[in-house]
Amino acid sequence: MSSVGFVMLCHTALDRAAEVARHWAERECPVVIHVDKRVSAKANAWLQSTLSDLPNIRFSKRHKCEWGTWSLVAASQTASEVMLTEFPSVRHVYLASGSCLPLRPVEELKEYLAARPQTDFIESVTTQDVEWTVGGLNAERFQFRFPFSWKRQRFLFDRYVEMQRRLGLKREMPEGLVPHLGSQWWCLTRQTLSAILQDPARKAHDAFFKLVWIPDESYYQTLARVYSRQMESRSLTLSKFDFQGKPHVFYDDHLHLLRRSDCFVARKAWPRANRLYDTFLRADQPGSQMAEPAPGKIDRVFAKALERRTRGRAGLYMHSRFPNLDWENGKTCARYSVFQGFRDLFEDFEPWLSRRLGARVHGNLFDPVRARFAGDTDVYAGCLSSAAKLRDYNPQHFLTSLIWNTRGERQVFQFSPRDNQKIGWFLSSDSNAQISVITGAWAVPLFLSNRDFGEIRKEAAMMQKQEVEFLNILRSVKTRADVRIWSLAEFVEEPMENLQSILDAMDGPSAPRLTEAPRMANLDGFGQFLQNLKNQGMQPFVIGDFSATTQGSQTKPGDNRPYLVKK
Amino acid sequence: MKVIKRYGLRLRRKKYRLRAMRKRWQLLPVADRTDLIRPRDVLCFVTLRNERLRLKYFLEYYRDRGISHFFFVDNDSTDGTREFLAGQPDCSVWTTDASYKRSRFGMDWLNWLLMKYAHGHWSLVVDPDEFLVYPFCDSRPIPALTDWLDASSIKSFGTMLLDMYPKGSITAQPYHDGQNPFEIACWFDAGNYQIKRNWQFGNLWIQGGPRARLFFSERPERAPALNKIPLVKWNRSYAFASSTHMLLPRGLNHVYDEWGGEKTSGVLMHAKFLDTFTLKAEEELERRQHYANSHEYKAYHAGLNEDPNFWCKWSERYINWRQLEILGLMSKGNWA
Repeated sequence: MSSVGFVMLCHTALDRAAEVARHWAERECPVVIHVDKRVSAKANAWLQSTLSDLPNIRFSKRHKCEWGTWSLVAASQTASEVMLTEFPSVRHVYLASGSCLPLRPVEELKEYLAARPQTDFIESVTTQDVEWTVGGLNAERFQFRFPFSWKRQRFLFDRYVEMQRRLGLKREMPEGLVPHLGSQWWCLTRQTLSAILQDPARKAHDAFFKLVWIPDESYYQTLARVYSRQMESRSLTLSKFDFQGKPHVFYDDHLHLLRRSDCFVARKAWPRANRLYDTFLRADQPGSQMAEPAPGKIDRVFAKALERRTRGRAGLYMHSRFPNLDWENGKTCARYSVFQGFRDLFEDFEPWLSRRLGARVHGNLFDPVRARFAGDTDVYAGCLSSAAKLRDYNPQHFLTSLIWNTRGERQVFQFSPRDNQKIGWFLSSDSNAQISVITGAWAVPLFLSNRDFGEIRKEAAMMQKQEVEFLNILRSVKTRADVRIWSLAEFVEEPMENLQSILDAMDGPSAPRLTEAPRMANLDGFGQFLQNLKNQGMQPFVIGDFSATTQGSQTKPGDNRPYLVKK
Repeated sequence: MKVIKRYGLRLRRKKYRLRAMRKRWQLLPVADRTDLIRPRDVLCFVTLRNERLRLKYFLEYYRDRGISHFFFVDNDSTDGTREFLAGQPDCSVWTTDASYKRSRFGMDWLNWLLMKYAHGHWSLVVDPDEFLVYPFCDSRPIPALTDWLDASSIKSFGTMLLDMYPKGSITAQPYHDGQNPFEIACWFDAGNYQIKRNWQFGNLWIQGGPRARLFFSERPERAPALNKIPLVKWNRSYAFASSTHMLLPRGLNHVYDEWGGEKTSGVLMHAKFLDTFTLKAEEELERRQHYANSHEYKAYHAGLNEDPNFWCKWSERYINWRQLEILGLMSKGNWA
């Protein structure tokens, strides 16, 4: 007794199709095969002769099949008619393709269907609820006419759609039909299928669907809604599509995934996946008895692949991911911090910060002599070289590589107007950057240095110019970085509070309060130093207002007293 | 792109094809088994000179991964390379004593063979020290990849050349016939590459890695290019423009995604830095047959005299393709 019959649409890999057909036929399931008319007569004859020993296999009239056109529906109609007339004992008709692979023993499928004798398994979703269509055509599939081939006549196809859109053309649905879409692989009961095929209005239905786009995803799906007594809107065939609308292919390494899916049939298997075919066709190993199909795990694998293809990994630049400007989905892969001026103001800023964060802190990565990695090594994570010329050859990739290579470990580095400034725009436009600047802090080492004043004045002017340029970048409307800017005068008013605010932003509001302060340089006489610069005609405006005599001692940085913040 | 520029590239492609046709007279057939090629075979094309020692493993590697037929252009070898290859059942061999440099580093010869034999075939163009690693290469052969690329309407497959090196002196462990070179040279640089766009040809230009780090830190612009497009569904109107770094028509160079996504890509593992290299560098320097006056080999020669150690404590040891994928050196894209 046969309760389920298979209709197979074949066009390539006929040897595999023959194996699968034999598998089903030998287990008392009648099979009707439709071979694409584009397949050579020789190959077709081969297929017929290989399967000639099986009494329950038929071949239906051949149609020339092309994706997205009516021909596929016509093929399944003729084959289904053969099935219904030649095998009266068949209760469910299962539509499969030549590259489908049965995953569970036929006996289990028979039992499953026998327990649900009136149920049609066909995915059928209204057009509003579909998100997987190619080309964004949902409702329009039914409203427009599609006489041109999408694959061969793309230009005409697109122009004709455009024209209909402009003119606002709309076709009338045949009476009583509501457009539905779904997977083209279904399993229908004899009653439903024959009702569709023997409908007195079939001529009108066929005429309408002949001009619908991809009718094999809508013809049965729409009509089954009219006749089905009990419908499960899902396909028994596991079939996943990628973003181009083509089915994902299964290989030998998917064996375990497929086994655990508990689906009955999968589409489509790579014809040369020997292990898959050997495993699933040769043995009738029972799965978990009567388990419901659970394609969830496979769904996740393919959803991940889609995400990888369309969004990629943020902050990665490589030979198959090179996003245009502002299409990076994140210019770098993790958050990092940039400090400008802190190292000038505090004598032991880097070791202090390193202790405080429990992380390695870099020096000036863009130092003109060489990249100052933490520990001043020649090479750093990912074999990044500290050589200045290599770095300056492409500063942006130097930085993105560093952040990528050290994923999972927050990067912190110093920046200064002395450094190579080419990276400025990138830093300010990167939302992962946290940039803290004490403007004018570059004056502190000059003040403490033992150099001729003329030289100092010249350098101060140069530094100020560089810093102003950087500040302009940081204040531009395009800035996405988390930026904090203080003038030196502002900062020394409340150094601990300001440091605390930076650290809070770094590791969230739960950050412990600062207990140990970095040592600030002795600024006694700094006000006078600034006055001297002014007297020489250089206006150090980025430093802010230090009064000539009192400022340095007012904040008392000179007595090296740690700033203890009491809770 | 401007019409004039496009037309310029078209002329250039025609020029390369004409060159290839002209240079075919330099090729003498040694073994021609091209009648064995079946319609869907994946083919492999190689130019080489004195590489006898490497060939056993090379052939084994690619046969295992489903390459059906090999094309070799032997540039006047003296170490038995030609004889060895002529004895292989799936190799067709040509030989020439003409200038490697003047055939655009072998590309004219290969363009001719590709034009004549590869039309409609997926074709892999590599050097004997380049080993293709692609997603799932441990469980799926190259034809699985090319079938998938066909189904996705993709015509070319991009890779990056990944320089592999041993720990310590490169002469310390001698390489023997048939050995997997990555038993010795199993280390690589994971994250020091720089990428630029070549707007004219539409390809990416990648530099970096251990060679840039050791030999070109003062002149990074001269570091060798690492972008390669070795696997192409060939059409007789195509031509390689500069090694396998770029092709014409330029659309084939577009193996990367510009909108944030990742296309499926692989890695060409480069087994150049074995003990055979010092000899090779010296010989090549003498022949002066390499790119841009062989300055690459000059740099190596200068560097190698100090017996360099590519290895550093940040070097990664090669495990498998999944490791390379995690490190961001290749991508599965949407092939799952």
